[in-house]
Amino acid sequence: MKDSAKGFMGWLDARFPASSFWRNHMTGYYAPKNFNFWYFFGSLALLVLVNQIVTGIWLTMNYEPTASGAFASVEFIMRDVKWGWLIRYLHSTGASAFFVVIYLHMFRGLLYGSYKKPRELIWLFGMAMYLCLMAEAFMGYLLPWGQMSYWGAQVITSLFGAIPYVGEGLLQWLRGDYVVSGATLTRFFALHVIALPLLLIGLVIFHLIALHQVGSNNPDGIEIKDKKDANGVPLDGIPFHPYYTVKDLVGVVVFLIVFCLIVFFMPTAGGMFLEPDNFAAANPLVTPEHIKPVWYFTPYYAMLRAIPDKLFGVVTMAAAIAILFVLPWLDRSPVKSMRYRGVFSKIALTCFALSFIALGYLGWSSVTPLYTFLARVLTVVYFLFFLLMPFYTRYEKTKPVPERVT
Amino acid sequence: MQRICFFLLLCFPTLVFAAASQIPLDKVKIDPRDQASLQRGAKLYVNYCQGCHSLQFMRYNRMAVDLGIVDTDGKAHTHLVKNNLIFTGSKLHEPMLNGMSEEEAARWFGMVPPDLSLITRVRGPNWVYSYLRSFYADASRPWGTNNLVFNDVSMPNVLLELQGEQVPIYRTEVTKAPGGASREVQVLDHLELAKPGSMQPQAFDSAMRDLVNFLAYVAEPVKLERQRIGYWVIGFLIVFLVVVYLLKKEYWKDVKNK
Repeated sequence: MKDSAKGFMGWLDARFPASSFWRNHMTGYYAPKNFNFWYFFGSLALLVLVNQIVTGIWLTMNYEPTASGAFASVEFIMRDVKWGWLIRYLHSTGASAFFVVIYLHMFRGLLYGSYKKPRELIWLFGMAMYLCLMAEAFMGYLLPWGQMSYWGAQVITSLFGAIPYVGEGLLQWLRGDYVVSGATLTRFFALHVIALPLLLIGLVIFHLIALHQVGSNNPDGIEIKDKKDANGVPLDGIPFHPYYTVKDLVGVVVFLIVFCLIVFFMPTAGGMFLEPDNFAAANPLVTPEHIKPVWYFTPYYAMLRAIPDKLFGVVTMAAAIAILFVLPWLDRSPVKSMRYRGVFSKIALTCFALSFIALGYLGWSSVTPLYTFLARVLTVVYFLFFLLMPFYTRYEKTKPVPERVT
Repeated sequence: MQRICFFLLLCFPTLVFAAASQIPLDKVKIDPRDQASLQRGAKLYVNYCQGCHSLQFMRYNRMAVDLGIVDTDGKAHTHLVKNNLIFTGSKLHEPMLNGMSEEEAARWFGMVPPDLSLITRVRGPNWVYSYLRSFYADASRPWGTNNLVFNDVSMPNVLLELQGEQVPIYRTEVTKAPGGASREVQVLDHLELAKPGSMQPQAFDSAMRDLVNFLAYVAEPVKLERQRIGYWVIGFLIVFLVVVYLLKKEYWKDVKNK
């Protein structure tokens, strides 16, 4: 398609850069030809985001953001709104799917060094999105106004109260009340359906602009732009469209099969995605026996509980997320991909991934002395991955990196 | 209710802690396809439960259609439903509310009996099944009855006439206090049927299974339809997967040859 084309496209291109935009970001965007399955999760995250926005819009049509009406309106959607149950399950399953996809997407980044120079900004935008997504999920979880919604929000917001001097005031300012109440619900609703999604979409655009500026990394962690043909096309690059659109489509369908199996056959995922306690309406006078966040927050929750001092626990939890931001500057390895790194990097990444999963399990389970001890050990492992990174990445023996992608 | 619970906790600390131990729950098989069972469960519900417990999210007409209580046109059978299942003067399309005001309920029972629309999603069918079968005579309680699964429950045993009266059988256990002195405690071991009811134990268990089956249906009326559609969705996606896989293979032939 040429910009000078006649007809409708010619008319349009003279007024709006439609063809050049399509060329720059799709048919003329060269991606390395050696992407493996880890590279599906970026496009899948976009798919889930669209699912959340579309189903979310339809949910707001019947949802009532008041303490007296929220719980009943969700059941109204589940029973009396045509296809309401499907829209609601797509949204609730989508929330968990979002985190599954994002965690795998982030792990891919760690595996192939996608955060390293020149892609530090992509990582930072991604981390900002992760924070934003956590806030979005946390606030969305209050909206059904079930017991776990209420008490989860009560516990997590109370963490801000641990901050010295300003904590109490900050807590009231956040909740709009002395406890989580209808005032909290309405503001969380506003933030969940407008503020945070807007921010998230903005960050997605920045993430993609930054990505397309430097080009995609790949499993070999080498720059395909270093080897170009006479026309300036990377030798190991292929146009994103059609090659990766058709390939990602396969990933999308495989993902949808798993996703729909959950939506249609086990929408609560055995209490993981929709917790049993949340089918009881919020009751400020009855505390559930075991308050816990949804699974995607449990690794951090385990850290919080493992530390006896509340303030120190909150600081640790915040640090666990904050330290991810500086990852590009902790990694001193001369190579990007784990394929060519030394044994220490491999051991460190394995320990980190396992500790994150194990912490998630511990945060989900009830507290026992053994579990608290394990959570402390694993919290140390989690932080050591980052704190020792400048040393093991610098001094370990790396393998030679190939000239072209393999 | 809070105050009553607190008062009771203060009065009988040992009793509470003895009963707080986890009672293994009996398993119950839920089958939303078994319409006869659901109908029997609905009959039990409106006769024995609905006086106090509403199903505020369930409408009579939807229940009738889903349970097969339909006229020749496939719509809810007005005559059958009105004469057999509606005792409150509600209209066919209205939710299944109870006939008791909250103020009266709170005065009589110390708390408002909870709505049961979602009870099996909160507690699980096994819990509800075990609970319904675990009432026993306890003279210390206001209604002369207690429950193994839900200790000091405010609810009277409304199923007494069907099940008969169960009494607790205790066993003696020796526990060692941290101080070193061992003492004997009475631990509730199991329940025994002292006075038979109008139903044989097996028939009663089967009736409770019907009731739990009905409540599980009420908790998620769309379950069957959800699964039915699910098979088509997954089937389509598998066929579509073959198509997109072949499409990808066709395009990527060029890349392999590059």
